[in-house]
Amino acid sequence: MIVYDKKYDVIVVGAGHAGCEAALAAARMGRPTLMLTINLDAIALMSCNPAIGGLAKGHLVKEIDALGGEMGRNIDATGIQFRVLNTKKGPAVRASRAQADKQLYRLRMKHVMEQQDDLDLKQVEVTGLVIEDGEVVGVDTRGGVRFMGKTVVLTTGTFMRGLIHIGLVNYPGGRAGDLPSIGLSDGLKDYGFDVGRLKTGTPARLDGRTIDFDRLEKQYGDENPIPFSFSTERIEQPQVPCHIAYTNPRSHDIIRSGLDRSPLYAGIIEGIGPRYCPSIEDKVVRFPEKDRHQTFIEPEGRETVEVYPSGMSTSLPIDIQWAFYRSIEGLERVEIMRPAYAIEYDYVNPIQLHASLETKLVRNLYHAGQINGTSGYEEAAAQGLMAGINAALRVQDKDPLVLGRSEAYIGVMIDDLVTLGTKEPYRMFTSRAEYRLLLREDNADLRLREKGHAIGLVQEEVYSSFLAKKELIESELVRLSKERLAPSAAGDDLLEEWGLVGIQNAISYEQLLRRPEFTCQDLSRVYPAILELPEQVREQLEIQIKYQGYIQRQLEQVDRSARLESTKIPDDMDYGTISGLSAEVREKLARFRPDTLGQASRIPGVTPAGITILSIALKARYGR
Amino acid sequence: MYVRDTIAAISTAVGEGGIGIVRISGPASLPIASSIFRAKSNGGLKSHRFSYGDVVSPANGDLVDEAMVVYMKGPNSYTREDVVEIQCHGGTLVVSRILSLALEQGARLAEPGEFTKRAFLNGRIDLVQAEAVMDVISSRTDASLALAQHQREGLLSKRISTVKEGIVYALAYVEALIDFPEDDVDVAVETDVLGKVAPALAELDALIEGFDEGRVLRDGVSVVIAGKPNVGKSSLLNTLLKEKRAIVTSVPGTTRDLIEEVVNINGLPVKLLDTAGIRESEDQVEQEGVRLSLERIPRADLVLFVIDGSSEFGDDDATILQAIGNKSYLVVRNKADLEVNAVLPAACIGPVVAISTLTGDGVPELRNAITNAFMHGHAIDGREFVAVSKARHRDALLKARGSLQSFVANLEAGVNMELLPVDLRDALDAVGEVTGETTADDVLDRIFSSFCIGK
Repeated sequence: MIVYDKKYDVIVVGAGHAGCEAALAAARMGRPTLMLTINLDAIALMSCNPAIGGLAKGHLVKEIDALGGEMGRNIDATGIQFRVLNTKKGPAVRASRAQADKQLYRLRMKHVMEQQDDLDLKQVEVTGLVIEDGEVVGVDTRGGVRFMGKTVVLTTGTFMRGLIHIGLVNYPGGRAGDLPSIGLSDGLKDYGFDVGRLKTGTPARLDGRTIDFDRLEKQYGDENPIPFSFSTERIEQPQVPCHIAYTNPRSHDIIRSGLDRSPLYAGIIEGIGPRYCPSIEDKVVRFPEKDRHQTFIEPEGRETVEVYPSGMSTSLPIDIQWAFYRSIEGLERVEIMRPAYAIEYDYVNPIQLHASLETKLVRNLYHAGQINGTSGYEEAAAQGLMAGINAALRVQDKDPLVLGRSEAYIGVMIDDLVTLGTKEPYRMFTSRAEYRLLLREDNADLRLREKGHAIGLVQEEVYSSFLAKKELIESELVRLSKERLAPSAAGDDLLEEWGLVGIQNAISYEQLLRRPEFTCQDLSRVYPAILELPEQVREQLEIQIKYQGYIQRQLEQVDRSARLESTKIPDDMDYGTISGLSAEVREKLARFRPDTLGQASRIPGVTPAGITILSIALKARYGR
Repeated sequence: MYVRDTIAAISTAVGEGGIGIVRISGPASLPIASSIFRAKSNGGLKSHRFSYGDVVSPANGDLVDEAMVVYMKGPNSYTREDVVEIQCHGGTLVVSRILSLALEQGARLAEPGEFTKRAFLNGRIDLVQAEAVMDVISSRTDASLALAQHQREGLLSKRISTVKEGIVYALAYVEALIDFPEDDVDVAVETDVLGKVAPALAELDALIEGFDEGRVLRDGVSVVIAGKPNVGKSSLLNTLLKEKRAIVTSVPGTTRDLIEEVVNINGLPVKLLDTAGIRESEDQVEQEGVRLSLERIPRADLVLFVIDGSSEFGDDDATILQAIGNKSYLVVRNKADLEVNAVLPAACIGPVVAISTLTGDGVPELRNAITNAFMHGHAIDGREFVAVSKARHRDALLKARGSLQSFVANLEAGVNMELLPVDLRDALDAVGEVTGETTADDVLDRIFSSFCIGK
């Protein structure tokens, strides 16, 4: 091996959504960083659907943005249709979603990376890690070059031993058109990592010129597109619609006729696929009573005719694909430009990670994205960001940044991964967050900006405008609780309209705002200046006042578990010597090696009594 | 585990006689105690002073028991927190009723060994003592696991899984509507979701009614002593009453009238009914007694089916067994001091207790068997756990019902959908406390099996 003479603080392997955030974060924190990828033209490529956000995923993007990541700004600059979902179900489950121009998205991200100081980008395949005394010190590459780095972040996506299936045909590949990464996962196995196999799939890309869009229902974005990033002023680019089409009983017959050549049903695919993103053959088999399935036909970009039929992924043979897609009304003449395929890939059991995403087996090695068993651009980006941050913090000898379950979806996701592991590709859902009412898109900056700033990732000007917003919210909340509407001053008409006839005492503005349906707009009739506040501030006032009871209740729950979460368990804890632990609990703790009592309490099979014993043992051994 | 909340538990072994102590520790212990205790002396509770007074239910003002209460302000207490100990009359039901009141007022049921753990964590006891506690916790954990195992297999568990099913379904529906707005989730919140919750709520009502210790305390439970003449029914009654009430002779058919006595068995108020010997008889008066006896069996909560272990199991015995039918019963094999001759038929599947009313052998076991029969039919050593787990269950079921009622109210009031799962999750957590099962993934499993998700 030829050793490259420049030494890095952080080496990021992979340039997908995890790799980009990891590399940018480390470089922005001033660490000399190297990003290695098999294909420099595929930086931040959206391998599957051309969209960012959605339920819980939109939350992740806002959190990434609040911490100083790039994803939010990137989609704001390259999105071609913005929508807010669940607008009528409450602020906590409201979520942003945008269609991306796939090529613009990757080009802009590449541009940002290229302009970043302290960041080198190189095209090369990493074949192994260089490990000395249980600590990673560099990586070896196919070209025979060894790069030395103090920390390494692995973001291998679907590339490790990637195997593409189209019907009974299969061949190695990291993604359609790209080489797989061979050898890396074998090395990981040798170091003791528990390597498993997962599967995912993607639909065909169709030629938009051969689709009769006039016969399909159109779905437009929001009239007033709202950006993801807290620092994007407004979305300028024009918006394009999606289209909705449906399968029919004939489509389902065609699919059934091809099941004998489905690698899934023929037992060729061993990896486990995601239940929330089943292939069309899975849907037809599992829900035989449904006579149609919906598909959103999403544009891949403004400058291409390629479109993406969501929910129509399949690993059926190409002749079945031709017949099936053409059975859909409006798609009778459709031409497939890229076939649908399934892909199997290696992942590493995430219970072998600390909550910092550093591996427990190899010091200074971090894993992020699909290698940890997750699925989705946003999930990957969020982990990449945290891994990049923590690698950079490690180099500076600082404590890692670990977000709690009550602080961020990112915290929920990573905690789920490291304490529960995953058997299928893990996707974020809002229902995974027990403190969902606290973890809203609208307050992601209030939750995380300060943390992003403290580690040097949020720029000063962004931070000062955040502080101004925060102070304004706080001072207005005080004002609203103090200012009162006296019945005598209100006038009979207003009292009547607001249902306040007969009240004796003055009512505070806060009390008024607490009423359902009562908005800042209503309040402006007695307090006109409220309309001069920025929209985001008014939104916070309404939400924080209306939801105070629920928010308080969740905060109390958070408070109750704070002690568990903050009690650390030393790395060298010997569970064999703690008297009183049951064999099952002892085995679980020894296998998972939790970092905190909070983590330990969430490991399946660890009982409350076990936690009690463990806490006493910790106190006894490591002092008070 | 959470050090800043307030915990409560029964800190005496539960059984008959003596006193029972409910201990409360934590910042809210004084307010909780004050809300359920009315001191007869002036000035209420003062630190390190005993007060005499009544424990009353804050909900309806019912008197539960008279008690001596001592308040120990931290750090001068066992746990170094504010501690209140309520000393009442011993007995499972009174003590667990008081514990339930404390839980209703905001205390959390202490984990095994938690008082000692707090004492240790607050520097009150040293490491050696703490190590000893760990062993206690471990052995108690085994006992409670054994109990949980029984309950999982039991009828209670079946009924609770009905409740859980309803909640999981409702939650899966609501969560699917929230998390998959662009998928084909075809659910009407008002009808489909409420339709799942209504049966769960009804089952909870029934379960809570069954758990109402207040009712059992007031009314007691009915135990009928049944058996053919001269097997020793009246002797058994007298033994349990510890004094001679019924006339005992060796002439078959002496007891002609029903004798009803209330007796305290391990703290459980039991109405004991001695029936006239059930046997075909020419004697008119005796026949009347037999008729009454057969009539009383169906109304009994538990039948003590007394047989003469020294003679053969006869037709009369079989007739009585048939009359008992599906009732809960214990087979009391009397005259254990004599030769054993009775061979029980296959149909006789009730738990068997061998006693001798003459020597008193087996009587303590019988007393335990009677109380255990009312603790979900499981004879488990360590009555404390049964009592505590009963209090825990009732507390959990009340919480579950409260949460479900609040869910229904919110649904009808049309609150934002994001708020609906809050109550459903609370209800699910509460039900999980009874079954000891974790439910985290149940909801997602239900969503993916019910709906075709995957945009």
